[in-house]
Amino acid sequence: MTNQKLFVSSHAPYWHNKSSLSMKSYNIMLAALPAVIMGIYQYGPPALGVVALSVSTAMIWELIMNYVTKRPASIGDGNAAVIGLLLAMLLPASTPWWTVLIGTFLAIVVGKQIFGGIGCNPLNPALVSIAIILLSWKGLLDFDEALVNYDLGFYMVYPLAALKYLGTSVVSNYSVGDLLMGQYAGAIGSTFGLGLIIGGIYLILRGMIRWEISISFLAGVFVTAFFFNIADSEKYAGPLFHLLTGYTLIGAFFLATEDSSSPVNFIPMLIYGACAGFLTVLIRNIGAFVDGTVFAILMMNIANPLLDKIRPKALGKGIKHA
Amino acid sequence: MIKKPFFGLGKSKLQYSGIKNIEGKDVKEIPPSTRITLMHKSPDGELGELVLSIGDEVRTGQKLNLREIGEEYLTSTATGTITDISHTTEYTGQTFTSVSIEAKPKDLWDDEFEKTGKDTAPENALTFLSCLPGISDLSSFIKTDNPLNTIIINGLDRDLLIATNQIIVKTEAEHLAEGIEYLKKITGVSRIILVVPPSLRMEAEKSGAEVKVIEPVYPDAIPGLLMKRILDNPVPPSKNFEDLGVAFISPEAVVALRTAFVEGKLPVTKVLTVIDKDNRLTCIKARIGTPVRDILSTLNIDVSHGDRLVFGGPMSGQGIYSEDMPILHDTDAIMVQDKSQVNPSGNDPCINCGECVRVCPAKIPVNMLIRLLENGLYEEAAQEYDLLSCVECGLCSYVCEMRIPISHYIMLGKHELPLTEGLEESND
Ligand code: SF4
Ligand code: SF4
Repeated sequence: MTNQKLFVSSHAPYWHNKSSLSMKSYNIMLAALPAVIMGIYQYGPPALGVVALSVSTAMIWELIMNYVTKRPASIGDGNAAVIGLLLAMLLPASTPWWTVLIGTFLAIVVGKQIFGGIGCNPLNPALVSIAIILLSWKGLLDFDEALVNYDLGFYMVYPLAALKYLGTSVVSNYSVGDLLMGQYAGAIGSTFGLGLIIGGIYLILRGMIRWEISISFLAGVFVTAFFFNIADSEKYAGPLFHLLTGYTLIGAFFLATEDSSSPVNFIPMLIYGACAGFLTVLIRNIGAFVDGTVFAILMMNIANPLLDKIRPKALGKGIKHA
Repeated sequence: MIKKPFFGLGKSKLQYSGIKNIEGKDVKEIPPSTRITLMHKSPDGELGELVLSIGDEVRTGQKLNLREIGEEYLTSTATGTITDISHTTEYTGQTFTSVSIEAKPKDLWDDEFEKTGKDTAPENALTFLSCLPGISDLSSFIKTDNPLNTIIINGLDRDLLIATNQIIVKTEAEHLAEGIEYLKKITGVSRIILVVPPSLRMEAEKSGAEVKVIEPVYPDAIPGLLMKRILDNPVPPSKNFEDLGVAFISPEAVVALRTAFVEGKLPVTKVLTVIDKDNRLTCIKARIGTPVRDILSTLNIDVSHGDRLVFGGPMSGQGIYSEDMPILHDTDAIMVQDKSQVNPSGNDPCINCGECVRVCPAKIPVNMLIRLLENGLYEEAAQEYDLLSCVECGLCSYVCEMRIPISHYIMLGKHELPLTEGLEESND
C-alpha cells in the first residue's frame, strides 16, 4: 500500500475547551495589573525595580531548576512570572535587591520546585517566601520603617501597625475611600483595594479562580472582626477596616486561591476560606504579628489535603441494593 | 470545537445535537460497496478453530457461524465470496475477527431466518439477532439467571453531534411501536421506557412505551446517568445494569427487530451520522461492513495525512487507524477531524485547578484519581477515589487545563484493575 494515509489516533475526547495554564497565568497577571500600576505610580522607580527584578529572577530560578531537574523549560506557562509578581506585590518599594533575589529563590526553589514543581507544592510559594523573609529580616517588612523616606502626601503609616500599637483611635485617620484608593503606606501591590477587587471579580467571572474561596475568606475576616469589635470596640477595629487593610484583599483574590495548595470541593473550599479569614483576624488582634494573612493562609494550606477529603459520594456509592 | 466561554464561571453546558442540525432532510443512501468486511468482537480467551474459510460463498442475511464450538456468529450483509479472514487487536486489548467479502452487485437473500427463525422465543432470538443494526450486546437482554424488569430505549445519542437515535425516533415512530411489541415478546419485560429530548415528545408518545423527556444536555443521556435520573437507581461501582435488571437498547435495534420479524429478512443496513471537518452533520444509511473510505468518498469528504477518523462522537468516540475500517453494526457515527483541530495532550502534571472535579457528573475526585492512575495504583484508585463510578463521558479531559489525557488513564485503569486483582488472587 503506497498511498496509505496515516491518521492520528488517541483516546477520546477529541475536543478540548482550549483552556490552558498559560492563559490562566496571563489573566492573573492582567488582573493584578491595576494594583501593581498604582504601586508603581505611588512609589516610583524603586517599586518598578522591585517588580521587574522579582518577576525576572523568579523566571530565572525556574529555568535553572528546570535545567537542574532535567525537565523541559516551563517558564512559558507563566506560573513562575505570576509567583514573582505576587511576591513583589507583597513587598515594600524599598526592598533591597538582594532580598528580592532571595525572595524569589525561596518562592520558586523552596516553595515550588523542591516539592516537584507545579501542582505539587503543598503551600503557596509566594507566601512561603514572604513568611521566611518576615521571620528572618523583620525590619524589611515593617512598612513604617521601610518606607520612612517616603512622603506621598497622605498619612504615611501602615494601618495595621498603627492599630496594633496605638489602638482603634487610629482607625478614624483612614477613610474608606483612602483605603480603597491605596492612600496609605503599605506593600507595592496590596494597598489599592479597588484595583484588587476589580481584578478579583474579573478572575472570578472568568472562572480562573474559585469564588468560593475568595468569598468565604472575606466573610471569615468580616465576621471575626465584627465579633471582636462588638466584644471590645476600644481595642479591636471594625470589620471594614480589616477587610481593606494589610494583605486581606490580595490574600482573598490572589493568594488563598492558588490552585495547588487549596481545596477543590465545595464544602472544603468554604471551610478553608472561612478558617483562613478567621485566623487572619485572630493573629492580627491577639497574635504576635501585625498582619495575620500570611500565616493564616499557610496554616490552611497545610490543612488542605485533610479538608479536601470531605466530598460528595460518587455515583452509585453508598447505596444498598437488596 | 466548543471553547470555554469567556466568562467561565459556572459549568460548561454542552448540548446534544438535535435533528435540526442535520444537513438536508433525508437519510442519504450509500451505494453498496464491492468489498464488505464484517468484524466480530471476540470474547477474551482462546480463539478456537474457525469454520469459515476463504473462497466460501455467502448470501445476504446469512448467518455465518465462526467456530465449531461456541455460539459466535456474524450476519453476512452481502452476497459474494469470502476473500480474507484475519485477526486484529485494538489498543484497548479487544480482539476482532474480520471476514472480508467480495460482493456481487445483486443480492441473493438467505432464507434460513424466514424458514426457522421467526419464532420469538428468547433462545431463538439469540441465535439470529445478535448482529442487528444498533445492537451492541444482545446477550444482556436474554440472560436467564437475572431476569430483566426494565428496558430503556435511548432516544438520545451517545455523544454530541450524533443524531442517529433521534432520527429513528423521528422518522420511524410507527415501526418503533411495532418493534417494542416484539421486544416485549422476546424478553418478557413489560416496562419499556423511551427516553427522548423535548423536541421528540410527540413521536415518542406514539410508541406505546413509557416516555421520559430529558433536556438534551451532555452527558445526561449516558446510561449510567440515566439510571440515576430516570430510575433513581444508580449503579454501584462493582455492579452493572443487568445486575439491577435493566438493559439499554437503541431505537434502531428495536426497529430492526420489527423488520426482521415482519419481513422475514435480517436487516443489513445501519443508519449513521457523519460529522465532517466543519462539524456539519449528514445522516446516511449504509451496509454494515462498508469501508469508511467508500462512505467518505460518496459524501465528498477529503481526508489526508494527519487528520483524525473517529467512530462515535467528539467526547467518547474511538479513533480508527485506516479508511479501510468497515462500519460495524453498532457504529452510530463517523467523525472526521482536520489535523489543525487535533489537540495534542500535555505532559505536565495536574495543577489541582479542580475544573475536572466540578464538571464530573459522577462526582469523582478526578484531581486525586489522576495522581493514582498516573502511578499505576489502580486498586487504590478504585477503592478510595471511585475509579469504577466513572461513566466515561470525557468531560474531565475536555476541561483539563493541563490537557492530561485523563479519560485514557481511566480506561487503562479499568482495563488493568481486574488483571492486577487476578494476579493477587493467584499469589495467595
Ligand atoms: S470521564 Fe471524567 S468527568 Fe466523566 S465520569 Fe469519568 S471521571 Fe467523571
Ligand atoms: S482539570 Fe486537570 S489540572 Fe485541573 S485538577 Fe483536573 S486533572 Fe488537575
